[in-house]
Amino acid sequence: MEKEKTRLEDVSRALYDIKNPDVFQFKTASGLTEDIVREISSQKNEPDWMLAHRLKSLENYHKIKMPVWGPSLEELNMDDIVTYVRPKTDLKNDWKDVPEDIKNTFERLGIQKAEQESLAGVGAQYDSEVVYHNMREDLLKQGVVYTDMENAVQEYEHIVKEHFMKLVPPSDHKFAALHGAVWSGGSFVYVPEGVHVDFPLQSYFRLNAPGAGQFEHTLIIVEKNASLHFIEGCSAPKYNQINLHAGCVELFVRENAKLRYSTIENWSKNMMNLNTKRALVDKNGTIEWISGTFGSHITMLYPSSILRGEGAKSEFTGITFASKGQHLDTGTKVVHAAKNTSSTIHSKSISKDGGKSVYRSSVVMNENATGSKSSVICESLMMDAISRADTIPVMDIRNDEIDIGHEAKIGRISDDAIFYLMSRGLTEQEAKAMIVRGFVEPIAKELPLEYAVEMNQLITLELEGTIG
Amino acid sequence: MQKNILEIKDLQVEIEGKNILRGLDLSIKEGEIHVIMGPNGAGKSTLANVIMGDPRYEITEGSLFYQGEDIKDDRTDERARKGIFLSFQAPEEIQGVSLENFIKAAKGAVSKEPVKLFPFKEELKEKMESLKMDPSYAKRYLNVGFSGGEKKKSEILQMMMLQPKLIMLDETDSGLDVDAVKLISENIARSRQEHQSMLIITHVTKILQKLDVDYVHVLSEGKIIRTGDASIIEEISNDGFMAMSR
Repeated sequence: MEKEKTRLEDVSRALYDIKNPDVFQFKTASGLTEDIVREISSQKNEPDWMLAHRLKSLENYHKIKMPVWGPSLEELNMDDIVTYVRPKTDLKNDWKDVPEDIKNTFERLGIQKAEQESLAGVGAQYDSEVVYHNMREDLLKQGVVYTDMENAVQEYEHIVKEHFMKLVPPSDHKFAALHGAVWSGGSFVYVPEGVHVDFPLQSYFRLNAPGAGQFEHTLIIVEKNASLHFIEGCSAPKYNQINLHAGCVELFVRENAKLRYSTIENWSKNMMNLNTKRALVDKNGTIEWISGTFGSHITMLYPSSILRGEGAKSEFTGITFASKGQHLDTGTKVVHAAKNTSSTIHSKSISKDGGKSVYRSSVVMNENATGSKSSVICESLMMDAISRADTIPVMDIRNDEIDIGHEAKIGRISDDAIFYLMSRGLTEQEAKAMIVRGFVEPIAKELPLEYAVEMNQLITLELEGTIG
Repeated sequence: MQKNILEIKDLQVEIEGKNILRGLDLSIKEGEIHVIMGPNGAGKSTLANVIMGDPRYEITEGSLFYQGEDIKDDRTDERARKGIFLSFQAPEEIQGVSLENFIKAAKGAVSKEPVKLFPFKEELKEKMESLKMDPSYAKRYLNVGFSGGEKKKSEILQMMMLQPKLIMLDETDSGLDVDAVKLISENIARSRQEHQSMLIITHVTKILQKLDVDYVHVLSEGKIIRTGDASIIEEISNDGFMAMSR
């Protein structure tokens, strides 16, 4: 029997769309005022320097103009956004102690299962606060720290103070300033010298409250000769009002260290995802960005690497899938600021049903970056005539002794290829899904297994609309 | 009496407003081998593509029956699942999909049942060996970076794995060296089952050596202008196509 197929208007997001009642312990009024910022700080019992940082950031926020070079952010009205929603639980390190509805939410997303099978530690954030954090005992003994940012501010104050928003200063852009003012939650990871964390750590960010913002801060320091793979996942159920995500990720990769940072973002299509991620890489260190953008209404996301030590390396692998009602503006930036540094950028984007994907990148080769190399490949695939894809790669080269390669391809899915596959018995939808899966295959290989599976299912749903 | 597998009457076909086939008649019975020859631009590839259901062509007149059923409105994949196969003149390259996974998906679609992995792998290996294909090609992306000859072998491999009822070969021999044509011809002959019908489009006759050709048709300007047995191949080689129309 052939499977019954149903054409879907949209991808089935049933799993992500299960909403819990909006129950909270504390929630600020919507909008952004000094009182709200003070309230968040006092709720967290923060040291004075952090409150001062928040207030300074708020000042910056009011001064800095909205970015005008990317997607339109007109639909975002800060007066409607609730910046802080404290869930009705505090931080636990045993799932048994996490309230049932919240625990079930993460269970459905497969977090507990992954924790048992393939992760060294897990953090789970629900609305504005982290509700669960746990890591393997042996890593704890080796001095690895994996905790929520609030805790880190208290317990590792000197490290946090030295690094917090130093890589992404609040003056950087409007949403960095906003983040500095109202940040809440996120993860802090410290890997001491020479320690190799053999299994990934994963933080999952879930936004349940309607009309709310999520502003988690992730700070990771990987010391000399150490290594880590960190995975970040995010999702939210769909509401009819705009939600906002303006997180910030700061990564410090010391000499000869290696950090792989993987993200699969699957926000609901009412989300404004305006996220800032930056890594600073020392001598012979390596940062690897794996970035999958599938959800959200509008995304502006450009993970950046500053290669400041000789021989430092950055690898960026990105996949973006823009469907109906989505405008996803993604890419990366690399600053080569020392000798013999190297970067590779490999980006693929797909747009369908009127979706718009824009690839935007900037590679800067400083005067002192002699002997450096960069290779950029960006490819876009449009599934139909109403969808759009743009690529905006920029290179800023300030010395001659470099090696740089660039390749950009934009194309529509080929009728000949579809006909060829159909001539072997595949339906049009199966043929298209096969072509798209093949298109993203080199990137799917890089994803953590469960996310590769998730991406495949997403493509199948988007293109074949198969249920059951 | 054998049944007709393919029956075409007064077929007229356009692409972008241009008439390509202008009243073509052709009947193929179960197990028969038909050869179509003719000058460039006569409509040979068009005929094969129209039988396969290429949506770019428009049938303006005439009928197209397969196993007694009108298939004019069937989609390409439906025709494939009914047993029609076309070995393309210039097969597409598909990134990121391995030859092995592709054939497996196709076999599942055509046979309408799940493909058992181990017997499948065994069969694939065996058939690749007989086509003298390097086993590493199974894992390579479909036709990507294959030479002309390897692409044609990949097509014949697919044909052998899918066991269609009506096999159409569109210039499978073009661009191949003598040894490759011989190898492909042997494989077609060896793997062919009694009931399988063939429609072979060719310029040269090497590929026919191992096959018992039943009919040869000469196609010119969108019509069949001459039909005969294998003996007219020699006539064509001696006198050319132009002589046929007289």
